[in-house]
Amino acid sequence: MAIFELKAEREAPSSTKGVIHWLKDNLFSTPSNAVMTILGFYILYIIIPPFVQWAYTDATFVGETRADCTGGGACWIFVGAKMDLFMYGFYPKVELWRLQTALGLFVALIIAFKYLLKGGKTKFIAFSLYLIVAFILINGGVLGLENVPTDKWGGLMLTVVVAAVGIIFSFPIGIIIAFGRASNLPIIRSVCVTYVEFIRGVPLITILFMSSVILPLFFPEGITFDKLLRALIGITLFQAAYVAEIIRGGLQSISRGQYEAADAIGLSYWQKMLLVILPQALKVAIPNLVGAFISLFQDTTLVLIIGLFDLLAMVRITAADSTWLGMETEGYVFVTFIFWAFCYGMSRYSNSLEKQFNTELK
Amino acid sequence: MMRALRNQKVRGILFQILTIIGLVAFLWYIGTNTMNNIEQRGIKTGFEFLNSTAGFGIDEAPIAYTETDTHGRVFWVGLTNTLIIGFVGIIFATILGLLIGVLRLSNNWLVSKMAATYIDIFRNIPILLQILFWYNVVLKMLPVPKKSLEFAGDIFLNNRGLYLPQPDLNSTTIAVLVSLGLAIVSIFFINRWSNKRQEETGEDFPLFFVSMGLLISLPIIAYFIGGANFNFDLPALKGFNFKGGKSISPEFLSLTFALVIYTATFIAEAVRSGIEAVTKGQKEAAASIGLTEYQALKLVVLPQAIRIAIPPTINQYLNLIKNSSLATAIGYPEIVTVFSGTSLNQVGQAIEIIAMTMLVYLTISLVVSAILNWFNHKMKIKER
Repeated sequence: MAIFELKAEREAPSSTKGVIHWLKDNLFSTPSNAVMTILGFYILYIIIPPFVQWAYTDATFVGETRADCTGGGACWIFVGAKMDLFMYGFYPKVELWRLQTALGLFVALIIAFKYLLKGGKTKFIAFSLYLIVAFILINGGVLGLENVPTDKWGGLMLTVVVAAVGIIFSFPIGIIIAFGRASNLPIIRSVCVTYVEFIRGVPLITILFMSSVILPLFFPEGITFDKLLRALIGITLFQAAYVAEIIRGGLQSISRGQYEAADAIGLSYWQKMLLVILPQALKVAIPNLVGAFISLFQDTTLVLIIGLFDLLAMVRITAADSTWLGMETEGYVFVTFIFWAFCYGMSRYSNSLEKQFNTELK
Repeated sequence: MMRALRNQKVRGILFQILTIIGLVAFLWYIGTNTMNNIEQRGIKTGFEFLNSTAGFGIDEAPIAYTETDTHGRVFWVGLTNTLIIGFVGIIFATILGLLIGVLRLSNNWLVSKMAATYIDIFRNIPILLQILFWYNVVLKMLPVPKKSLEFAGDIFLNNRGLYLPQPDLNSTTIAVLVSLGLAIVSIFFINRWSNKRQEETGEDFPLFFVSMGLLISLPIIAYFIGGANFNFDLPALKGFNFKGGKSISPEFLSLTFALVIYTATFIAEAVRSGIEAVTKGQKEAAASIGLTEYQALKLVVLPQAIRIAIPPTINQYLNLIKNSSLATAIGYPEIVTVFSGTSLNQVGQAIEIIAMTMLVYLTISLVVSAILNWFNHKMKIKER
């Protein structure tokens, strides 16, 4: 039998609350932790102060021309002077009120959704109405509004248009493809599987090349495709495959009992899918769907490779102005911030959505 | 007739037949239009263009390439460059992603917050923007060749690229490379042998130290056997630029940095979800049977975490390879840039060229999917 020696009592800790205790616990608990903390602070020290100095302390915020940028830091006047290009692209200045009206209507729509409108059907009708009105406003050509050709669309407005159209149209197409993939008709299933696996195996840039170069060849001479329309078709078809995969994941989470119960009460295929299965599948799939839409928003930058002038392309265009030379860095930092703000905002929204739907499932 | 239509099976078959007819009609419509359009625009068809001279130069060709080479050769040059970027990117992204993922879970508040901030920042900036940022902002800040940054006397960094000494392909180099390969293969077999021995007799084997020893000592021995002389081709400043040595272009550097940093965020998230998915009970059980924290990590947590972390990681590898196609924006000559870009502009046969490019990527993703399926299959057997 072993004899145990009592170790000497350890002294009670000097405190269990307070800053010192927190520091000891979280930052300096072991020697290796202490080393890592010091390294961490050092890295922060090399990165943050120079950046803050460039972007804020030495920067010039007010002024009129290039000559006013004296500080040696960032020249934010440049961003202010070119703000129209960044936001609206080459849209004619006299017609900018149309874009601003469309944006205002969108904000109004969101507020209406939250407080005024109830019920899925009215929301759907209101949303579709808004889409039509926004399209008329932006494109023009009817009701006395001057037509603005799509090669004048650019900047953040073009990014939002591409992302919005991509999201709105890829969603129903993706649902149909997901249903097709889950169906037990072999032809439909193989067509859908081939489509999804093909699209997911190739990079988006090749799909965009295909839609911008090859798509015009598919149709007789007379039909011309607007450059933006080609890009939209490519992006929508691409996104639809990813949406289909996500919804398929949602469909797989639904137990067979639901299908059987729907059959037992005599629902047809479409009634079953739309009334019973799809709502449950969407509830599970929504966080992943928002993730896919964030990716779509980031992927809209690829349209600059096929010659459209989205927000990212605007950096190079604004920097090419001879009266503002050497301002590329400011442009890139500004655009980076906008993209980051949008995507981070959407991912926080997705987190809150996830929490909201999670409690419902319990 | 109506009664037949009400039968679901009949409806199903009818629907499928309609789909086939619709698809065939659509393809026929597209096909005839394409044929007409191609004839009208004078675009050739077929793959003979692969044998015609390309007539343009490529800056970085890992396999020998001159302007008089054919478009077929351009295809292979582009493909090699894509694979090189993929290989280098995957290795560094995995290392960085693993590091950040583990740091994210550290109990050091500062370190875990920094890792979380890193992930939050770089996950939300589009990859194309990151590539352009590295290329147009960071690399432009490097000095001109005359004022290059120097490392270890023979390595130079300037805005034309990174210049390294290049060893000659002589007996020393070959000996060292062969010995490295031998070391890796022998480590693999020693691993299997030591695992078997441990299961049979319970004796532990210092695998890590033995492997490290082999990896270091075998090449050193080979170095001396091979002649102890790498015969380095050193980069030297001649006129306005460096000649000699191995040069790594700024395009390659910026593409690699951007891809690695971007993909590492997703790998870090996968690693984190893998480790977090191992229930707390496992760690507590490991502690209760007296394993140290390192042993618990190595024997209990990581094997289970890897099972969950690897499928999304392999997915990210595929994404990295697909994202490398964005090199078009900065001119790194991988397959989309040179083949679907320059060759397409010269030859005009869009359908053949883009089809070939897509086939390349489809093959790569098929291979990766096969690896993923093999991995899932292997993991399934181990579970009950």
